[in-house]
Amino acid sequence: MEKSQLKTILYHLLIGIIGIAMFYPVLWMLSSSFKVEGTIFRNAHNLIPEAFTLSNYVSGWAGFGGTHFGIFFRNSFIITLTATAGQIFTSAAVGYGFARIKFRGKAILFALVISTLLLPQQVVMIPQYIMFSFIGWINSYKPLILPRFFAMPFFIFLMYQFIQGIPKELDEAAKIDGCGVYSIFFKIILPNIKPALITTFIFQFYWTWQDFFGPLLYLQSANKYPVSLGLKLFSDPSTVTNWGGMFAMSVLSLLPVLVIFIVFQRYLVEGISTTGLKG
Amino acid sequence: MSSLTEKAKDLFSSKKIKEYDNLAGFIFISPWLIGFIAFTIIPMILSLGVSFTRYDVISAPEWVGLKNYIDIFTVDSTFRSSIKITFFYAFVSVPLRLAFALFLAVLFNQKRKMVGLYRTLFYIPSVIGGSVAVAVMWRQLFGSSGALNSLLNAFFGMDIARSWIRHPQSALWTLIFLAIWQFGSPMLIFLAGLKQIPGSLYEAALIDGANWWQKFFKITIPMLSPVILFNLIMQIISGFMMFTQAYIITEGGPFDQTLVYVLYLFRRAFSFYEMGYASALAWILLVIVAIITVIIFKTAPHWVYYESKGEF
Repeated sequence: MEKSQLKTILYHLLIGIIGIAMFYPVLWMLSSSFKVEGTIFRNAHNLIPEAFTLSNYVSGWAGFGGTHFGIFFRNSFIITLTATAGQIFTSAAVGYGFARIKFRGKAILFALVISTLLLPQQVVMIPQYIMFSFIGWINSYKPLILPRFFAMPFFIFLMYQFIQGIPKELDEAAKIDGCGVYSIFFKIILPNIKPALITTFIFQFYWTWQDFFGPLLYLQSANKYPVSLGLKLFSDPSTVTNWGGMFAMSVLSLLPVLVIFIVFQRYLVEGISTTGLKG
Repeated sequence: MSSLTEKAKDLFSSKKIKEYDNLAGFIFISPWLIGFIAFTIIPMILSLGVSFTRYDVISAPEWVGLKNYIDIFTVDSTFRSSIKITFFYAFVSVPLRLAFALFLAVLFNQKRKMVGLYRTLFYIPSVIGGSVAVAVMWRQLFGSSGALNSLLNAFFGMDIARSWIRHPQSALWTLIFLAIWQFGSPMLIFLAGLKQIPGSLYEAALIDGANWWQKFFKITIPMLSPVILFNLIMQIISGFMMFTQAYIITEGGPFDQTLVYVLYLFRRAFSFYEMGYASALAWILLVIVAIITVIIFKTAPHWVYYESKGEF
């Protein structure tokens, strides 16, 4: 009895120590965002501000040369929500096509989907850039949004796995009721794969919200920047350094991500565990 | 619904339906098919073509044959150093991250109070780790007057004025630490895998008098090895693709010590506008990634499913 109690205490102590080390950087960012500019790097390790201030949030929000963070956030939401909506709908449709409909060449095409799961996007980045610049898409959201309307293999695979788990009898019952392949998709499949749709929403939201590479390549004017590029401006040599503002806006930029994580974490955990794919 | 399901079963079990619906099939998969052709196949062909040219986007491409490839392999010393750095980054950070993920997964695979909450909390770094916010924070954390030096001073009286980001020997390690910090996804995958291992195996081992370490190395690791293999491949590939962190935190420096492959490729393409040269670099990257995947797969029979032979 004594021994098992000691074990329990040691267990939680060990996890506590690892946890503190792990969360220290995040807490440091949070506390720095409330420190008075000029005291941030004095005894930098302190997690409790000498004096508590919200002025970093005000000065950070003001942004650069008239482009404030409201604009960056609006841009991020526009890009992220459209791209995510496109991904959810198209990957569900493609997943359904592969999981439920028999057609010629299906096996080969599905093998292609699986093999391109591992294909690094960086390999096609230059030709894509050349193509998009030829059709005049540079400095627009099209290169960031439109490709997301063409179902990514990762999400096709996720949807496919999920649809496989739905009893085929449901489709067949609907068929008797006069449903065709299209209404089965809308009336039977879509309502039954909610967890997969939510998982897709979470991942695509994260990836687009945090994407830095895409916007860096394709966006040129600051008033089109998403938050990720906006944050980078804080450390550009041309701007006056405002570390407090940088920390404050960093914290704000993580809020949507954390809110989604808290609300949907159950789906996220299931999504990762069932597909075995990384997020 | 269930009665309806029964009815359907009766109706269809007698005559097997094997209807092909080519039109509907292609309509449903068309988003992927069109996207695959437009955003993958065509760009890949284009990229292969461009890699044999000198091309700056503005003037027309000029055919140079194999010159880009020959230059890369014979005269480009930055290519060689970026390959070395990227291999080091991927093959150090991924095994360490997986080991840490496995360690925590084993810790969290116990029936104890709070474990559910711990699991969720420990996943958070994975959720935010790829963001620019964390990257800019990391840069300050390891800066000359950042929190790390301040901590070392406060607790150990060490007066370190150097920036870990700007020092050639530590810069890459700050990036490796950031990669290890995001161990949440493999941890969750390992947890799911651990739950699949039949408890009877451990019971049998207990009867045979096996200790914790023996159980871990003779049961847990071998049973988990397919999951480990899958994660190893996926994450080494994504390790090779690392860009944002090196771009923001260390900017490839100091002295190109963190100039990872994709960052080098990016500079060639978008700072110097050498699209042909950069395309050749991209194709070499694809081949390297493919070779590594094949090697990991080929060596898999030696350690997946069987007792480890020293690899772990």
